[in-house]
Amino acid sequence: MPDKPKIGFYWCASCGGCEESVVDLAEDILMVTGAVDIVFWPVAMDFKKSDVEKMDDGSILATMVNGAIRTSEQEEMARLIRRKSKIVIAYGSCAHLGGIPSLANEFEKAEILKYIYSDAPSVINKEETYPLTEFKHNGRYVTLPVFRNIVRTLDQVIDVDYYLPGCPPTPKLLKQAVLTLLSGELPPKGAVLAPDYALCEECPRKKTKPDNVSFTQFVKPHMMLIDKEKCLLAQGVICMGPATRAGCEALCINGNMPCSGCFGPTSRVKDQGAKILSSICSNIEAKSEDEIDTLLNGIPDPVGTFYRYGLAASLLRKKIQEGK
Amino acid sequence: MLSSDKKWEPRIIAFFCNWCTYTAADLAGVSRLKYAPNVRVIRVMCSGRVDPQFILHVFASGADGVLIGGCHPGDCHYSEGNYKMLRRFMLLKRMLKKMGIEEDRCRLEWISAAEGEKVKSVINDMVEKVRKLGPLGIPKRISKIDKEIKIIEKEINPEEAVEHA
Amino acid sequence: MYSTNGNNIPRIGFYICHCGHNIASIVDVVEVQKYAATLPGVTVSRDYKYMCSDPGQELIQQDIKEHNLNRIVVASCSPLLHEHTFRLAAEKAGLNPYYFHMVNVRENVSWVHDNKEQATEKAKDLARAAIKRVFFHKPLEKKTVQIKPDVLIVGGGIAGIHSALTIANAGKHVYLVEREPTIGGHMAMFDKTFPTLDCAACILTPKMSAVKSHPNITLWTYSEVEKIDGFVGNYKATIKRKPRYVNEELCVGCLDCIEACIYKEAKYPDEFNLGLSKRKPIYIPFPQATPQVVLFDPETCIDFKSHRCKKTCIEACERNAIDLKQTAKFEEIEVGTVIISTGFKTYDPKLSPQYGYGKLPNVYTSLEIERLVNASGPTAGEVVTRDGKKPESVGIIHCVGSRDEKSNKWCSRVCCMYSLKLAHLIKEHTGAEVYNFYIDMRTPGKGYEEFYDKFMNEGVHFIRGRVAEVTDWALVPEEENKLTIRVEDTLIGVVRRIPVDMVVLSVGLEPREDASEIRRMFNISCSSEGFFLERHPKLAPVNTFTDGIFIAGACQGPKDIPDTVAQAGAAAEALSLISAGKIELEPNTAQVIEKYCSGCKSCIPLCPYTAISFKEDIKKAYINEALCKGCGTCVAACPSGSITQNMFEDEQIFSEIEGLLKFAGIELEEKEVEHA
Ligand SMILES: Cc1cc2nc3c(=O)[nH]c(=O)nc-3n(C[C@H](O)[C@H](O)[C@H](O)COP(=O)(O)OP(=O)(O)OC[C@H]3O[C@@H](n4cnc5c(N)ncnc54)[C@H](O)[C@@H]3O)c2cc1C
Ligand code: SF4
Ligand code: FES
Repeated sequence: MPDKPKIGFYWCASCGGCEESVVDLAEDILMVTGAVDIVFWPVAMDFKKSDVEKMDDGSILATMVNGAIRTSEQEEMARLIRRKSKIVIAYGSCAHLGGIPSLANEFEKAEILKYIYSDAPSVINKEETYPLTEFKHNGRYVTLPVFRNIVRTLDQVIDVDYYLPGCPPTPKLLKQAVLTLLSGELPPKGAVLAPDYALCEECPRKKTKPDNVSFTQFVKPHMMLIDKEKCLLAQGVICMGPATRAGCEALCINGNMPCSGCFGPTSRVKDQGAKILSSICSNIEAKSEDEIDTLLNGIPDPVGTFYRYGLAASLLRKKIQEGK
Repeated sequence: MLSSDKKWEPRIIAFFCNWCTYTAADLAGVSRLKYAPNVRVIRVMCSGRVDPQFILHVFASGADGVLIGGCHPGDCHYSEGNYKMLRRFMLLKRMLKKMGIEEDRCRLEWISAAEGEKVKSVINDMVEKVRKLGPLGIPKRISKIDKEIKIIEKEINPEEAVEHA
Repeated sequence: MYSTNGNNIPRIGFYICHCGHNIASIVDVVEVQKYAATLPGVTVSRDYKYMCSDPGQELIQQDIKEHNLNRIVVASCSPLLHEHTFRLAAEKAGLNPYYFHMVNVRENVSWVHDNKEQATEKAKDLARAAIKRVFFHKPLEKKTVQIKPDVLIVGGGIAGIHSALTIANAGKHVYLVEREPTIGGHMAMFDKTFPTLDCAACILTPKMSAVKSHPNITLWTYSEVEKIDGFVGNYKATIKRKPRYVNEELCVGCLDCIEACIYKEAKYPDEFNLGLSKRKPIYIPFPQATPQVVLFDPETCIDFKSHRCKKTCIEACERNAIDLKQTAKFEEIEVGTVIISTGFKTYDPKLSPQYGYGKLPNVYTSLEIERLVNASGPTAGEVVTRDGKKPESVGIIHCVGSRDEKSNKWCSRVCCMYSLKLAHLIKEHTGAEVYNFYIDMRTPGKGYEEFYDKFMNEGVHFIRGRVAEVTDWALVPEEENKLTIRVEDTLIGVVRRIPVDMVVLSVGLEPREDASEIRRMFNISCSSEGFFLERHPKLAPVNTFTDGIFIAGACQGPKDIPDTVAQAGAAAEALSLISAGKIELEPNTAQVIEKYCSGCKSCIPLCPYTAISFKEDIKKAYINEALCKGCGTCVAACPSGSITQNMFEDEQIFSEIEGLLKFAGIELEEKEVEHA
């Protein structure tokens, strides 16, 4: 029997939800395991780094890497995987765009460490002990990965062939992606394996969106009883749908929550946050600066709202540190 | 390109609407008004065409400031493009602040076709303010940060790595 | 239709113009040229003395043919000036004109900077941006629109009248809309006009009648433009015709009604005579008013207030022309071009209290004196003070509300000349001693200096100096019951006090109060003083920045009648558009990329021209190209990047940005750079 194509899964800075989503394939996972050999999947099976290192370069057909890149260890693994795999797929929002972890780019590394190891209310660390990357104990060096200055998307570290968007990607998209890989008819390099139009197209509430939204207030979802039938923007709730790639079949909307943008922008957009900002602000009703200002107070955290899943991939990438 | 041995000069990119501010800049020229040479103008039909992405892209590509010039409220050639820009600008400014970009680096001005003098004063004023702030230099900052991942690329030696495990 | 010269690998021709010394004296054009030659995609790079000249254009055309150029970048003056010229040149050589891009290194660089090194650096950056931008240029089809032959003229002063007749005589139809009950404007108020001192009415009245009777002119007086939409060649205007309470078709101007009004005496200030005489609630502005139709003033007519008048006027009208129930009428018209000729207003001298206007009864404005010296004016041409006396001495103060930091900075151009005219007329009518107080005498123009000379010899006194005040406070007996003009005579260097019986303030010319509203309505610009702005003072003096909208007369800036009439050039421009029958529009319209649009409707309310609609069948947005004027607002706001705008595509602007800041090396499939 000829060898089945080899597939790998790996995780970096992520919550683990992407791994769950693989299991969410349910009985389809049997189809996958029937068609491929999973040669690397640390979260579910016992594989060691050394097993991978022993493989021939390029011997894995495809590895799906989820999670953003924050540490040197993640970089190292990403590079190893790159060498061993013909195709690397950035799996999920974090690998694709930086994801929630990349909201950390709003802070400096030192700020983050300080908070985590001294300032956080649950921390008692009177000696102000901070983790070291290298430490000599009983004459032996112990090392820890280096915590980098910025959270990166996978493709800011290694070459990426395809992207499977979503927080996490839906089983349907995963299944489609696997079938595409197996079919051998590969899309052009760099493709995002989801439709290239915005979510409104597949939104069940599309028909309730008025021709003229004309915002007179912005409210956060917990501040009101959201009408289950009506377009969220029409209710003044910031919905990222118009600026977000479709493919999830409006999961959040169906849960009566606004889209928060995890599928990222369409291929024609460089910066998802800038685009939704542009479209929403253009449709504000107020004209005077004072009125506009008051209205904008309804969006107290524009970065967290518009770049929830994509700060690392945004044009600015990171908060500018004061000084030089 | 700015070479490091040359003294740093602020670099500002301006988006001027064709009908008012661009015409005003022409008027400043015809009137031979002299102003700071740090601004490069991109002509758009209306300030409403200015996509916030352009502004971010300008910063990300290494400029120290962005100036947007449109017709005075009520005077837009396309009636309200400038109001649309104003609203975007106001939220963008809040966002830039959160991202650590100082307020004076991004400016929106209404300059009518007759206000050549204002082109001069706004540009001079902005150049001075940005000069005080110093270089923003996003590409430089990022490439500096990115050096940290170049190191590993060099250091990793697969053979050694195997031994380690 | 156009050649793309082989393939899509850009072969760029870069040209930088010296513009004589205008550019080359500040920008090192040779250095820019050499630098451009090193940039990817540049096949030919040249500098040339005058790019816009015929040989300059031929240079481009030759290179296009010889070097198979498929992109052209010219660095020279403002695109608002010569973009069209160069596009045409490229087109003549068989290249699609939209493969051309222009760099402004004159207005934006050489004229505004004096540091050569920095100016040259800036020119290089701009050149690099354009070179990078043209990589993404696409061939576009020109958009042409038909020009509707009818013309709308707003304002029936001499400018509007002359333009209307020119166009009507050329066989095209004109709608002339005048706000007042009669056409004629300011000129109708004058007795004689400088420099010829011919009778104003003799020139104007025949022209006014010609307007009224011309088969190609629809004259709507007492009317205003309420609304205008559309674009060059295709404007739709709504004209509001205010009620005169008299049927214009029936009234023949016999004036029997005025005679019959139960007010036996005229009681209300007459607007046309600036309140120097009285009129009845039913009136006609002046005897030669055109049209010869009376009108009611509902503010003063008893019947409008109490409905209890005997209505003797109605009885008197044999033609039953009076209709007290008349309401405003709205006319909808479609025109291809518009001429705005709304004229000026005079400065309000109450704002210069030192001259006592409004307080001292015998201080008059020049316009009031125009009425007083007028044979058909309130005093039948007799110049008398408010107490009915013939003045023995008259002082005329020039530059009231002109050339003054505190009021208006500009010179109103006509005041010196009309002050001379009035000096002469007053002297002629009263034999009074006339003193002219001037800052400088400004009499340029054919026959104007001669006009001045003539009156100097006529015994009019000229005193050089800005008048400090006009006062009725007598210091010496000769000043009792007189107005004393205090002035420093700068020619002899002493302060003088000159007592006179009458003071005339030569008020300057200002934009009309509603100039700003008119400007907005017609989408044109104003210069800083508030007069309408021409597209170019020399190349396009009657054009505005809005195609198909022209300006004529004093609404563009202070002007005398000969210059005003010369500006009937506006008519010529309108006619030339009409006879061309069509005009090319910039194809900078926006399109929705249907397969990408998600139907989020964000763009729909943004379009000022309602060009964007929602296609219910496919649930996507759609832009009607005929309505789109290419502002790009929807493009910037489309959250999924599914709207593009010709000539201002995202890619083009992003590449311009990158080009300005660096050349992010575009990979050419083949790098074939032949330096010329
Ligand atoms: C005191 C005085 C004396 C002068 N004497 C001379 C002289 O001797 N010789 C000479 O050459 N020049 C003279 N001038 C200059 C002369 O008055 C102007 O050159 C001339 O009147 C300009 O004509 P116009 O048609 O542009 O403007 P106007 O005469 O101002 O006519 C404009 C017309 O437009 C109408 N209008 C305005 N707004 C609207 C609107 N929104 N809708 C519809 N209609 C509107 C007005 O009612 C008016 O009828 C004198 C000026 C002054 C003030
Ligand atoms: S570009 Fe402007 S005019 Fe054209 S459709 Fe978009 S909003 Fe309307
Ligand atoms: S045309 Fe100037 S801002 Fe719209």
